[in-house]
Amino acid sequence: MIDVAFLDATVRTLLGGVPLTLSLTAGSVALGGVLAALAAWGRLSGIVPLDWIARLYIFVFRGTPLLVQIFLIYYGLGQFRPVLQAWGLWTFFREPYWCALLALALNTGAYTAEIFRGAVLSVPYGALVAGRACGMPRLLLFRRITLPLATRQALPAYGNEVISVVKATSLASTITLMEITGLAQKLIAQSFRALEVFVCAGAFYLALTFVIIGLLRLAEAWLSPDLRPRPAARPA
Amino acid sequence: MTIRSALALVLSLAIGTAGAARADDTVPETVRIATEGAYAPYNFTKPDGTLDGYEIELGREICARAKLKCEFVAQDWDGVVPGLNAKKFDAIMSGMTITDARLKVVDFTKPYSGDSSGFAVDRNGPLAKLPLGGQKFSLMDEAEAAKALDAIKPLLKGKTVGVQVSTIHAAFMDKYLKGTVEVREYKTTEQHDLDLAAGRIDAIFANDAPLRATAEKPEFADTVMLAGPRFRGGILGRGVAMGLRKGEAKLKAKLDEGIDAVIADGTLKKLSLKWFKADMTPQG
Repeated sequence: MIDVAFLDATVRTLLGGVPLTLSLTAGSVALGGVLAALAAWGRLSGIVPLDWIARLYIFVFRGTPLLVQIFLIYYGLGQFRPVLQAWGLWTFFREPYWCALLALALNTGAYTAEIFRGAVLSVPYGALVAGRACGMPRLLLFRRITLPLATRQALPAYGNEVISVVKATSLASTITLMEITGLAQKLIAQSFRALEVFVCAGAFYLALTFVIIGLLRLAEAWLSPDLRPRPAARPA
Repeated sequence: MTIRSALALVLSLAIGTAGAARADDTVPETVRIATEGAYAPYNFTKPDGTLDGYEIELGREICARAKLKCEFVAQDWDGVVPGLNAKKFDAIMSGMTITDARLKVVDFTKPYSGDSSGFAVDRNGPLAKLPLGGQKFSLMDEAEAAKALDAIKPLLKGKTVGVQVSTIHAAFMDKYLKGTVEVREYKTTEQHDLDLAAGRIDAIFANDAPLRATAEKPEFADTVMLAGPRFRGGILGRGVAMGLRKGEAKLKAKLDEGIDAVIADGTLKKLSLKWFKADMTPQG
């Protein structure tokens, strides 16, 4: 009934898609993090034009489906090839990999920007006042007080976002990239056995998510020294 | 119920190929026919959302002669066979060619069209000079086909070719040009047409009739052209037919009757001249 040889072949094939899924995830989380930091800074800067640019970016990329964004960047910009060639950007937009990475980064950046902004705003006012009372200059205050507290605050929500990026990379299969989902669809097309193949593909995403959850838990423990068990008191 | 038998039940329900799920050999009151709606001129979706094309008109004629009530439903190509076996519809009419691989999972009616396949390329690119333009080769004649392939391989070396996923064309690339070209697989042929026009890929490989239809569209006319030899037979199949679930002999007999009738009275020829500007009546 359960075809072990087929499952084995499926797992081996899908394994070949893992590097691409990971590279899309890592690339877009890294680039999206930079975009998010810039947008969150824009929102919090108090400079009206920057605030509005950041608001517009977040509004557009949170307000439209990722699939539409991928299609717009890949097929949409593909129709402006002469212009892009004149600007020297075509070598970038010609490749489906870069188009997918850009779309994923822009999308996750918009969500992450709001996570970052909320985390910075959650830093207790008293902590900032205390820092200032100690005579800390603004950058030092940011590095010693705001950043560690905000990071800890942001981590659970940020973890959610990273996990959703892992799953969002599956949309890259719609522009010919053969990551886990792309390979799964190809396998189904050849074997017409949707159930086994998609169950395997789902298991791969579960495994990836499991690893990410573990890493996030480690980071959380590292950032929360106050929650660690007290070191055993040394005998006097 | 043990976990294993529960899983077996789920598997058999979902796939419908296991022993537990038998095909019931009755003709449904309304025969639902699935078509992709994105493979002009075989089938396409009009701006108002309704389906039209050669197969839609022909399908209605076949059903009328077979005295069946039929309705067309749109279904993405990559889900068309799983959907049939999951009983979401009763037949497929979507430019689907009879091949041995597909015969393992579905049955086919008699063919209602024959079409050759080949490349379309960028008119201004190096592949426009692909030799043997328009000459037909049967893959059944291996020596002749090998000669044709050897003639085009040097120009194709290192180029990127787009095909639709799960098609005879993807199988052709795998069998004959693996290692020579880089293959990219698309969900629809409309998508590989756009990427050819955008210059992301150097060529596409598909059925000749849809390729001609693409090359004639105003937005593709100055970039896309057909080039090189045309292939048929062998891995490219034995004509376009309706796909049915395995073991539904009564429905197959009725539809075969309808197909015979539209061939005999010239309706098929008339419709193929209307949509393809060529007689696509299957030979033999």
